[in-house]
Amino acid sequence: MPDLTDGDALIQVTDLARDYRLGEVTVRALRGVSLAIGRGEFVAVMGPSGSGKSTFMNLLGGLDRPSAGRYLLDGEDVTRLDPDRLAALRNRAIGFVFQSFNLLPRVTAEENVELPLIYARVPAAERHRRAREQLARVGLAERAHHLPRQLSGGQQQRVAIARALVNEPPLILADEPTGALDSRTSLELMALLQGLNDAGITIVLVTHEHDIAEFAHRVITFRDGRIVEDRPVESPARAANLLEAS
Amino acid sequence: MNLLDTTRSALRSLRANKLRSGLTTLGIIIGVAAVITMLAVGEGASRLVAEQLKSLGSNTMVIFPGTVTASGVRLGAGSRNTLTEADAAAIAAEVPRVLAAGPGLRGTAQLVHGNLNWSSQVFGVTPDYLAAREWRVARGRTLDENDIRGGAKVALVGQTVADMLFGGTDPTGQVIRVKNVPFTIVGLLAAKGQNMMGQDQDDVVLLPISTARGRIIGQAQGRLRTVGHVYVKMADGADMTEAEAGVRELLRQRHRLQPDQDDDFNIRNLSEVVEAEQAASGALSGLLAAVAGVSLLVGGIGIMNIMLVSVTERTREIGIRLAVGARQRDILAQFLTEAVILSLIGAVAGIALGLASAEALAHFAGWPIVLQAHAVLLAVASASVVGIFFGWWPARKAARLSPIEALRYE
Repeated sequence: MPDLTDGDALIQVTDLARDYRLGEVTVRALRGVSLAIGRGEFVAVMGPSGSGKSTFMNLLGGLDRPSAGRYLLDGEDVTRLDPDRLAALRNRAIGFVFQSFNLLPRVTAEENVELPLIYARVPAAERHRRAREQLARVGLAERAHHLPRQLSGGQQQRVAIARALVNEPPLILADEPTGALDSRTSLELMALLQGLNDAGITIVLVTHEHDIAEFAHRVITFRDGRIVEDRPVESPARAANLLEAS
Repeated sequence: MNLLDTTRSALRSLRANKLRSGLTTLGIIIGVAAVITMLAVGEGASRLVAEQLKSLGSNTMVIFPGTVTASGVRLGAGSRNTLTEADAAAIAAEVPRVLAAGPGLRGTAQLVHGNLNWSSQVFGVTPDYLAAREWRVARGRTLDENDIRGGAKVALVGQTVADMLFGGTDPTGQVIRVKNVPFTIVGLLAAKGQNMMGQDQDDVVLLPISTARGRIIGQAQGRLRTVGHVYVKMADGADMTEAEAGVRELLRQRHRLQPDQDDDFNIRNLSEVVEAEQAASGALSGLLAAVAGVSLLVGGIGIMNIMLVSVTERTREIGIRLAVGARQRDILAQFLTEAVILSLIGAVAGIALGLASAEALAHFAGWPIVLQAHAVLLAVASASVVGIFFGWWPARKAARLSPIEALRYE
């Protein structure tokens, strides 16, 4: 587990807080969280609903802004970025994987994967090449021209991962990626994520399933807007091995 | 996101909801078609008015003899014969930019040919008068100076007179009796149609002024050779106010009027009538265009309505795009492009429909239609403006969505 002062941390969060105003009431979703996540880590974030873990993930992903505190991603102070730069950061440095896949329903798998490249203003020919490459990486080269509804849930989630990877970000944020998948498909997905982590990509994964969390190197538990536990996993399970065994 | 990608993506979203896009576009189609048709109708109407005015002679003025006040009793116009043929000649010679000034007499007479008779207006004219009034012959010859000098018993007849007395057969060479005086018809006038007061300008007989004076139209035959009126035609673009002042000054001089005396003549300037008519037809065109513009506006509101629905429906899509790195302006551009494409498709189809309906009106209803390139450009420009204007708000609404809320939207 890296030191909080580690200068090489990919994510460095200090006293991060997020309040929501709901009419007269102020909801303190996040009450001062500090932690560092090093490059190449695979972190599982756990906690009951309302614990602040989703708020934390939104802040990590640059989808939301903190009410207080500081967030450095790769040495860059995310909290000070204007909306356009924040968009560029999401585009370049972060890949998102959601529970409900969040693919555009009317375009093919390949075009879904190309989406971040369009906003990165990559020329069409290179977009196609890179999208194909990432689809091949997640084992879906054959399905490039299928629409999302023509794919199974596991395949859709792999398209989403290919999309997250296409700009080669150092960080992947996965919000309950196995939540909508059966257990075998979940294992396949975790095997894929572990493979990506082996290749050096930092992964932060929100889950409420303990067996999924055991594939990570480190489990952080949230409760009432605070971190209540931050423990390393001594020998994470290998999803690929479990798949072979079954 | 570059323009090509934006356009492609916009077309794809529009295609996904073909019926809805089609119906939305229909509003713009009708609006644009209405603008084009109404502009064509309006322009056609004002050209028609302009042509009628031209036949009347737009840069002309007519001078009548003035009124006379005798012992405090004011007599009517023309009660004193103050205008002479010499006055007409002097106007032609001395007032700048006069094309023609001709003296004329006017009366009414019964015309007889064989067993047919017809009452018509009779004019005693000179070649200058014919030139000033743009009376041309369609058949035969016109009157010349010899006819005037010799007091020839020749006549020109209008189309209506020819129809009434000769049943449409060629009247030239025939003899008609005007107040029992036989005249040989030497020419048939080109048709002029109705004037602005609805009078038939073809119901006329023209005689040499010298022949008409006294025998046909009661008028003193003395040395002065007074006339009923003088018709003056100015060169194109001549300032009518200036010309009127010139004529007035000349006539006052010739009639030896003292500065404290009133004019003994009246000048009627037809350009005022022309201006009034043109203003009226311009107002009509404007009104038609305004009504058409309202329908374009309604079409635009339709676009805004459907874009708002579309933004709400696609909230999640917007969230996904924002999450993977779309900037606010990318989202704005996307929805604005969709609105503009809808409008432009509507504009193109509307132009086709507008041109077709204008042609149909011209063909079946016989309306005068004038299609102009600038009307088409105007329609396209206003459709684009409508697309941008009514697409802006929904697009901005989309662009301002918060990424998390958009992603959570069900």
